[in-house]
Amino acid sequence: MLRSDWLANYADFWRDRYADIGTAALEHLTISATAIALGSLVAIPLGMLLASNRIRWLHTLVFTIANIFQTVPSLALLAILIPLLGIGVKPAIFALFLYAILPILRNTYAGFSSVDPALVESAKGMGYGTVQRLLAIQFPLAFPYIMSGIRMTTVYIISWTTLASLIGAGGLGQLIVSGMGVNKEELIVTGALAAIVLALVADRLLGALEKRFTRKARTVTRETSYV
Amino acid sequence: MIQFTEVKKTYDDGREVLKNINLEIQAGEITVLIGPSGCGKTTTMKLINRLISPTAGQIRIDGEDIAKSDPVRLRRKIGYVIQNIGLFPHMTIARNVAVVPRLLKWDRQATDRRVDELLALVGLDPAIYRNRYPAELSGGQQQRIGVIRALAADPDIILMDEPFSALDPISREQLQNELIRLQQELRKTIVFVTHDMDEAIKLGDTIVLMRDGAIVQTGKPEQILRHPANDFVKSFIGKKRMAGEQTAEELPTVDEVMVEHPATASPTRGLAEAVKMMEKRRVDSLLIVDKNNRLQGTVSIYRVLDQFGEESKTVADVMKPVEHVVQTGTSLSVALQLMSEHQLSNLAVVREDGQFVGLITRGTVVSHMAGMYASDRTGESNHVAV
Repeated sequence: MLRSDWLANYADFWRDRYADIGTAALEHLTISATAIALGSLVAIPLGMLLASNRIRWLHTLVFTIANIFQTVPSLALLAILIPLLGIGVKPAIFALFLYAILPILRNTYAGFSSVDPALVESAKGMGYGTVQRLLAIQFPLAFPYIMSGIRMTTVYIISWTTLASLIGAGGLGQLIVSGMGVNKEELIVTGALAAIVLALVADRLLGALEKRFTRKARTVTRETSYV
Repeated sequence: MIQFTEVKKTYDDGREVLKNINLEIQAGEITVLIGPSGCGKTTTMKLINRLISPTAGQIRIDGEDIAKSDPVRLRRKIGYVIQNIGLFPHMTIARNVAVVPRLLKWDRQATDRRVDELLALVGLDPAIYRNRYPAELSGGQQQRIGVIRALAADPDIILMDEPFSALDPISREQLQNELIRLQQELRKTIVFVTHDMDEAIKLGDTIVLMRDGAIVQTGKPEQILRHPANDFVKSFIGKKRMAGEQTAEELPTVDEVMVEHPATASPTRGLAEAVKMMEKRRVDSLLIVDKNNRLQGTVSIYRVLDQFGEESKTVADVMKPVEHVVQTGTSLSVALQLMSEHQLSNLAVVREDGQFVGLITRGTVVSHMAGMYASDRTGESNHVAV
């Protein structure tokens, strides 16, 4: 009895508030997507650069810095950014961008390092220029690694974006914070659920994208045994 | 023609991998660089397409110094086949073969035509294989693609770095034969690196044997087999291959052929005794050796019987001096020559100090030869059975 009551009320809540929920979800998505896009833009070239040279101290330096960003508690990082970037969307995106760097960087680096050096030399010996080799040989071969880095990052960035509402960036976290303030469970549940759904959908979409580009290679490995 | 002039390569850590290489690689030939690992053969090859640059010296292709050319453009004019095949796993077979034509921006139709033509050349049906991926092919098929990929833009020079060493023996044999067949038509300048002497002999027009960053010997396979420059070359070629190409010094020495205890008699023996000894040993002559084991002379049955009536005579009185002897360690061929030149039925072997050690007769030579021939034959049939 109580349960069906709650569900009916919850359905009413959705009817009243779906526009707000939609706006919050869109904000949430924008913040996450921007942070990941920026993170990829920095981390992928950086990973390629690191994989293509053997300067030890540079590797250590870059990975140490990325690690430090990764280990600062998210709440603290957001708080630290307020005096620097104020409040709102910008500092939120910046903080999440910092978090996105390390996993994408690590995967890009691993992906490029995994490319058989004999293949790279073979390409070089046949007359690929450095850039051509990077784009036509190394990048496609490292792509599955890079994509899995991006997928992993996307899932947890979407989850962490809920915190961004604490510095006034909006998003689904806003629903949760309001819910806590006015003690309204529906808001909290809705915010959480929407964030989960968003993360799952994004993961699926990126997975499909990855598959589309690497489908051939997969078929190849599967059919190997027949030959 | 590719010319190396005083080429040296020293790595940053001071390791000297090439010491003063002077080499001419003839156009239209397969030149095989061979040697134990670390001898610098691969380094030498990679200098040609500038994957490695020399510390000193000059490399010229058809008279032009390659150090002055653009490396990327140079490489597109030189075919390159590597050991682990190096096909790009994310590209179809057609794309793999078309790599260099695409880099050279050939038009699409010409490229496609060329790909089909090359696939057919190595017996792979284009309709079936064009759109497959490398992992769907067997090792032998993959390396065929590796070879035709190097031929795609019709380069004059092709570098092959142990291209068949990772294949099973049957595929390796097939690909070697195919390479020979292709080369008969194409007449490319092929630089082929291997550590397998059989492969080098089979494929090479010229073999360049290297060791510790230097060239030990250069020559036609036949030349190297017949006249190995030193012990290293000999050991690298291996006893097995040299047996068929036996040289004078490989012939046995007199020590192996001689009879060690021939019928001898001391100079004081009487003639009747001598006849008895000959009868017993079933020989027609005796060697007369004094008590210090020095050869004094030889008596034949005819000379003994001739003087038989004179009871007081000893063999010393009737013996003839020995005119020809050979020392121990002399090659059998020298001994045989001596025997045929002087119509000798036997030849004594003495030590350096004049001590008598044995005798070579026509019979011992024949039986030795027969033994060698027989063991050769059995060796051969063993080989076939294996």
